[in-house]
Amino acid sequence: MTAIADPTKAVARRPFFARPTATTGPWSWFTTVDHKKIGILYGVTAFTFFIVGGLEALLIRSQLVRPNGTILDENLYNQIFTMHGLTMIFFAVMPLSAAFFNYLLPLMIGARDVAFPRLNAFSYWVFLAAGLFLYSSILFEGMPDGGWFNYAPLNIIGPDPLSLAGAGPQIHQARMLYYSMGLQIAGIASLASAVNFIVTILNMRAPGMTLMRMPVFVWMTFVTSFLLLFAMPVIGIALWQLMLSVRWEVPFFDATNGGDPVLWQHMFWLFGHPEVYILILPAFGIVSEILPTFARKPIFGYAAMVFSGIAIGFMGWGVWAHHMFTVGLGPVANTAFALTTMFIAVPTGVKIFNWIGTLWGGQLRFKTPMLFGIGLVAMFTIGGLSGVTHAVVPHDTQQQDTYYVVAHFHYVLFGGAIMGLFGGVYYWWPKIFGWMLDDRLGKVHFWTMLVGFNLTFGPMHILGLNGMPRRIYRYDAGMGWDLWNLVSTVGAFLIAASILVFMRNVASSRRQKVPAGNDPWDARTVEWMTSSPPPPHNFDEVPVITSRDELWHRKYAGDDGEKVPVPAGASQDHGEHGGHEGHGIHMPDPSYFPLIVAAGMPIAAYGTFYEGPGMVILLAIGGAITLFGIFGWVLEPTAE
Amino acid sequence: MATDAYTAKEADVIHPETALGISNPKLGMWVFIGSECLFFGAMISTYLLYVGRTQDGPTPVSIFDIPFTSVSTFILLMSSLAMVLALAAVQAGDMRRFRIWILATALLGATFLSGQFYEFTIFVAEGMKVETSPFTSSFYMLTSFHGLHVAIGVLMLVALWATSMGGRIGPQNSEVVENIGLYWHFVDIVWILIFTVIYLIPVG
Repeated sequence: MTAIADPTKAVARRPFFARPTATTGPWSWFTTVDHKKIGILYGVTAFTFFIVGGLEALLIRSQLVRPNGTILDENLYNQIFTMHGLTMIFFAVMPLSAAFFNYLLPLMIGARDVAFPRLNAFSYWVFLAAGLFLYSSILFEGMPDGGWFNYAPLNIIGPDPLSLAGAGPQIHQARMLYYSMGLQIAGIASLASAVNFIVTILNMRAPGMTLMRMPVFVWMTFVTSFLLLFAMPVIGIALWQLMLSVRWEVPFFDATNGGDPVLWQHMFWLFGHPEVYILILPAFGIVSEILPTFARKPIFGYAAMVFSGIAIGFMGWGVWAHHMFTVGLGPVANTAFALTTMFIAVPTGVKIFNWIGTLWGGQLRFKTPMLFGIGLVAMFTIGGLSGVTHAVVPHDTQQQDTYYVVAHFHYVLFGGAIMGLFGGVYYWWPKIFGWMLDDRLGKVHFWTMLVGFNLTFGPMHILGLNGMPRRIYRYDAGMGWDLWNLVSTVGAFLIAASILVFMRNVASSRRQKVPAGNDPWDARTVEWMTSSPPPPHNFDEVPVITSRDELWHRKYAGDDGEKVPVPAGASQDHGEHGGHEGHGIHMPDPSYFPLIVAAGMPIAAYGTFYEGPGMVILLAIGGAITLFGIFGWVLEPTAE
Repeated sequence: MATDAYTAKEADVIHPETALGISNPKLGMWVFIGSECLFFGAMISTYLLYVGRTQDGPTPVSIFDIPFTSVSTFILLMSSLAMVLALAAVQAGDMRRFRIWILATALLGATFLSGQFYEFTIFVAEGMKVETSPFTSSFYMLTSFHGLHVAIGVLMLVALWATSMGGRIGPQNSEVVENIGLYWHFVDIVWILIFTVIYLIPVG
């Protein structure tokens, strides 16, 4: 918190639950509650998972490059494509967005930290625990293999037991438990961060930062947090039901005992469709920051941008059954959901046109972040248009479970979310690390990725319309699918090459360390007022906000291009208060307990795998660690 | 807001005022309760979907003992009254009265839990197991998760009482009592909904 306390009071006594104090060195990363360090942790971890998920994608594409591929058998292929989906959604894109939320949100609203710094650290550690838990399935009997949606009744009865030699049912049960408990734990992390960000945005804004002066990125964080807040408990319940179903044969989805497999689909997609907006809205927010900066114009139609984001947040709850048009819900339900799905394209279209309006007539500077921003607008539009075709029920019936759907959601999630997130990486990298990424290599990265991406997923439209089903591990020659599968695989390796260019860029730029300065892009929002990287307390003097694009107005006063530069980092309103340079600003102490509370969860989750004493012991150990952590959390001296 | 007044205040008090004027923990509790609505909403929906699917097992009308559950519902609602009185006491600085009422709240909550446990043992003895039918599965899941929420609430109430014995709770930080009270009242209100949906609306 932003308390300015007398430092002598803080060291009165060291009780049992004393807090660690080190803010540098390796150990400090385990105890940190600084939103910037947590943001970097999120970013590095998520990028690692992104690489893993990408390698899985390369395995899939290598298997499918030619008819009757032999690299993977059907058992392994099912695991690989399931883990590719789970990894990219829950452990790459969502936490990459969380990395930006964490790092930028307090800086953008002029706060010194989030509302609950320890809860923030807790979110990260729980997310990491969930990822490690899910991937620990490799060491045991195989990874989840039911797709990321994991439909009933397949999630109950599993694949043909003969394909899993020997203990088929037990292996299947373990895989489903990894799925349900792993996502359950990841959901706790998302829920905690949603509460944290909502309270931070509502409560921690700098003086003068009214809601309608907040950067669009902050607004999209706000909407995303509400989507997480309401979507996570729904999937949480569904995952508990799945756990009970596979572990204790409770008949939630078992049609032979009165249960309804379609219930799983409803619960999953009631979460799953808001989830896709959880994945894309942060990238929308990032692009809404990048485009005005590099067009040197304010965002076109700020209020329309904000309200269309809110409209997407609301309408996102009324479209889930368009994933289920072929289930047989009946013409009334199908028509209703077809209409809502077409309507939700309207606020999304408003955003696209506003971005174009922002670029229109601007003094465009085609730096790397700008290229990625424009890349999102263009690629997402293609994906959005193919999405509207899904809203047409007869058309969707034709496309269901084909590669056309794979093409669609990769155009919105790769061409949309990943493009936007990489744009954000290039845009805010100088703020986070204090040095620039090389622009030339960045452009190589962008163009390789753009070409590779379109080569990979563009042909999938054709494959899908030619009837190639999803989730098949091989196909016969002579189906007319050979050429486009080959092209698609070439494209996938081109994407991999572009990621290597990015990593090479980071390595070589790190050697050169071209200093960034506070405001390398001549940007508009207040995070560029402080130093790069920002001090632990973010701002020596909390800025007082008088307008949208606060920094821009401080740099260029006057409406007619009359330029009155003001040095970045100095607040013209606060000159008389300046000069304490962070001394006396008390930031929350680091803490062990977020890590400890998180560590108990996967241990308890392993308990569900066993019967009798094994279950009780693991549940007890995990529960005891978590409970100890909670007591320590509550009892340790707090500065929050 | 006048900028000078803001900075002066910030320097004076440990906790600066928040943008909404409501403290972070209290706002966080309200936001969390919003999430809990969907948590219980998902389970109540499942129950409503499955209430008629009793297979060969017991039906709602045949199994529920409405007078018994009405009494335990009354006990849980009275615990909300005790919670209100505990909060009033701590705000007034009357710590003796606070400890009485906070323990009374916890005790009433625990009584409700024992009633639920007793009810479950009767049901199981009459052949209503978790896996008997979709009706029983969704009934046990909904009421057990509610019971878990009550149990966590009781733990927090007892922890409040223990902390107050150490002198760390008083009128100056009565808000922690208020926040736990918010949670407790929410759990009660959810039970009113569950009791109405499961026990009072006759089905089957």
